[in-house]
Amino acid sequence: MTIDLSQFVPTFLEESFEGLALMEASLLDLENGDSETINSIFRAAHSIKGGAGTFGFSDVSEFTHLVETLLDEMRDGRRDIKPIDIELLLESVDCIRLMIEAIKDDVSFEKTKIEQIARLLTETLAVGVTTAKSGTVDPKDNNDNLVVDEPINLQESSDEKVKWLIKFIPEHHLIQTGNDPLLLFNALADLGEVGVVGFSTDLPSLSDIDAEEVYLSWELSLVTTASQAEIIEVFEWVEDECLLTLTRVASAEAAIKNVAAQPYVETQASIVSAEPAETARTAVVTNEADIKLEQTSVASAIENVSVVSAKTSEPSSPTKAKADAGSIRVGVDKVDSLINLVGELVITQSMLSELGNDFDLSKIEKLSSGLEQLLQNTKELQESVMRIRMLPISFAFNRFPRLVHDLSNKTGKAIELITQGEQTELDKTVMEQIGDPLTHLVRNAIDHGIEPAEVRLANNKPEKGTVALNAYHQGGSIVIEINDDGGGINRQAVFNKAVEKGIVDVNSTLTDSQVFDLIFEPGFSTAEKVSDISGRGVGMDVVKKNIQALGGRIQVESKQGIGTTVKINLPLTLAILDGQLVKVGSETYIIPLITIVESLQVRTDFINRVSGDMVLYRLREDNVPVIPIYKLFNIEAVITEVENALLVVVEADGQKIGLLVDDLLAQQQVVIKSLNDNYQQVEGISGATILGDGSVAMILDVPGMITMALRSAQQYQPHNHQAQPQFEGVQP
Amino acid sequence: MTTILVVDDSNSIRDMVSFTLKSAGYNTVEANDGVQGLSKAGDNTVDLVISDVNMPNMDGITLCQELRKLPDFRFTPILMLTTESSGEMKQKGKAAGATGWLVKPFNPEKLLSTIKRVVR
Repeated sequence: MTIDLSQFVPTFLEESFEGLALMEASLLDLENGDSETINSIFRAAHSIKGGAGTFGFSDVSEFTHLVETLLDEMRDGRRDIKPIDIELLLESVDCIRLMIEAIKDDVSFEKTKIEQIARLLTETLAVGVTTAKSGTVDPKDNNDNLVVDEPINLQESSDEKVKWLIKFIPEHHLIQTGNDPLLLFNALADLGEVGVVGFSTDLPSLSDIDAEEVYLSWELSLVTTASQAEIIEVFEWVEDECLLTLTRVASAEAAIKNVAAQPYVETQASIVSAEPAETARTAVVTNEADIKLEQTSVASAIENVSVVSAKTSEPSSPTKAKADAGSIRVGVDKVDSLINLVGELVITQSMLSELGNDFDLSKIEKLSSGLEQLLQNTKELQESVMRIRMLPISFAFNRFPRLVHDLSNKTGKAIELITQGEQTELDKTVMEQIGDPLTHLVRNAIDHGIEPAEVRLANNKPEKGTVALNAYHQGGSIVIEINDDGGGINRQAVFNKAVEKGIVDVNSTLTDSQVFDLIFEPGFSTAEKVSDISGRGVGMDVVKKNIQALGGRIQVESKQGIGTTVKINLPLTLAILDGQLVKVGSETYIIPLITIVESLQVRTDFINRVSGDMVLYRLREDNVPVIPIYKLFNIEAVITEVENALLVVVEADGQKIGLLVDDLLAQQQVVIKSLNDNYQQVEGISGATILGDGSVAMILDVPGMITMALRSAQQYQPHNHQAQPQFEGVQP
Repeated sequence: MTTILVVDDSNSIRDMVSFTLKSAGYNTVEANDGVQGLSKAGDNTVDLVISDVNMPNMDGITLCQELRKLPDFRFTPILMLTTESSGEMKQKGKAAGATGWLVKPFNPEKLLSTIKRVVR
């Protein structure tokens, strides 16, 4: 039988990546960790080595073996855990990851770095161990693991049949470890033709017999093409618990004749002593061995064939082991709940179709309850399916301990990383896209945010800087905060730079948040010198663009001398949105529910006409600019008077505006269809959806509309600074 | 049907061993560490245990010792799946009551022919 294990390669690769992440995290934590920390690192390395060996990735298993040996010495206390070794191990983790990634992508990898680190590992292993033992085991141990002992067998075995005489005298307690002589003999029978003779000479008197002990011994004859090593291997687990002698007798037909004669003798021998438990066993042994005899030659022939075919297929298997990158690991509970829901859906469906078979109006109530059930099923199914795509944000946060560690070394700044809310779940696609922007922001925080130790001490701050990552849910979105306790953003420097770059007018009055937003402008960089850490040509504008592409928002808050917080708002998922349907003229629009602050009937006395067409509405202490949607999108309106319309107050980026609509319709979840894919980008519109009646409705892009509104407001009153404050962000 | 308890913290190894055993017609029960292994051993009729040595929570050697304390497992074959080919590890396993050991990296044919020494 040949069994193809290449299907398990993707699991192994995925597991290896997890193992590597764990190794990395634990290595970084090793100074604070206990013995379990180093143990878990060792285990991860050990698993990777074992799996790699099994699948024939010898580069990985050989390299990992060195890592494992080093870890083993640390774990046993034979070697002190030194920072330099931790660095080496971290580098090794990178090397293994490089190799595993190469396997995953089915490409070859750069050997230079790996060889270099392997050399360093070997050098490290060669020195600094107190006990001589470990360093020397390597090559041999390695061979054992990778080659097993088959080559020896192949050399020795020949087509010629050889007869062996095997004397097997087990110690009394043999069966107490679960070894059963009968099964050993069966295994021998797989190698060739077996004859068994049992001896009961050591058998004590009945009263002294312990049923859990073995008192018998055996002499076996084996006619086989197998090598001596293969025969010994059958006994490898009992070698220490028996007396075993193996003698090569003769070859060819003479032997076969002997075997044919022997079973007869054996059976007699065992019948002689047919009393206690163990003897009964012997009888069985011989009988079964007899039966086996007839089958063995055919069976062994088949086995040989299969072994050969397995051998030839082996070299090709590693190359075809190409992993699917787009896989997702889902908890069984999630899948179970899906299956449950589908089951319910099927029940509802069959109920409805039965109803449809002979439908009359008397059944209308049943129909409506059936449809309601269908609605419920669909909703739950949708939620469950979405849940499958959700992963804890720790997947994105995992890379940061290492990043901070490395940056901390590079910049010479002591930095503590705090992560919170790692279990907050986020859509897989969003997760994949958020990694790079987050990395950039963390690099920035360390490079530009955290001050050098002497500056911090001079400012009465702790020497160690803190960078905190925090994730949490807020309404239907997820918020990620990157917070540092560094020097904060220099408002004036940002403003000056923006003026210099021609981004803003030197006379413009801007609020703090407006100034900070300038750092997201293309081509903006305040770093006096471009360092190799954050100055990689990717600016904050790219970060903002990436986040906006995910339907998210980014905001900066900063206090000089105290620190900076970058806040990213992301939608939970990219595919579905909770929307408020509104009517404007003959059109239906959808406002994302998450942006809506409140909807209200307009009260005439709160309306404040500033100048021209500009209308402000007093909402408690705020003055909210009123934007008639029909004007913005230039469509036919039914209600043009502010007084007769409804006002939907929406908020984005800390800015509120009131959207004038004719009517509020239902709230519902809508599936987002991209306008870009199907038509083209339209300002103020983020996408479209198809409603239940088949008509198409546009989804409003609230931040985009606010930008549009701001622009037109400035057009209306270019010199009126009085009006400006209403557009200032309401800082949370 | 012969039921084999496979204990390994590595999903890929556990899946492979289990797959190999199932292809050969054995029934398998899986556990991802010693603690789970011990509890699954209590819940099932197990004819053979194949366990990894290095695992979190409870390692294979301890699992073996614990299993041997259970009346049902006094004679049940327990094989340690190990990458350590050193005699020391084998000695440790034997002392804990292990029946034998399987050296990783294993190949499926070899696994099947080898376990025939301890299961019917």
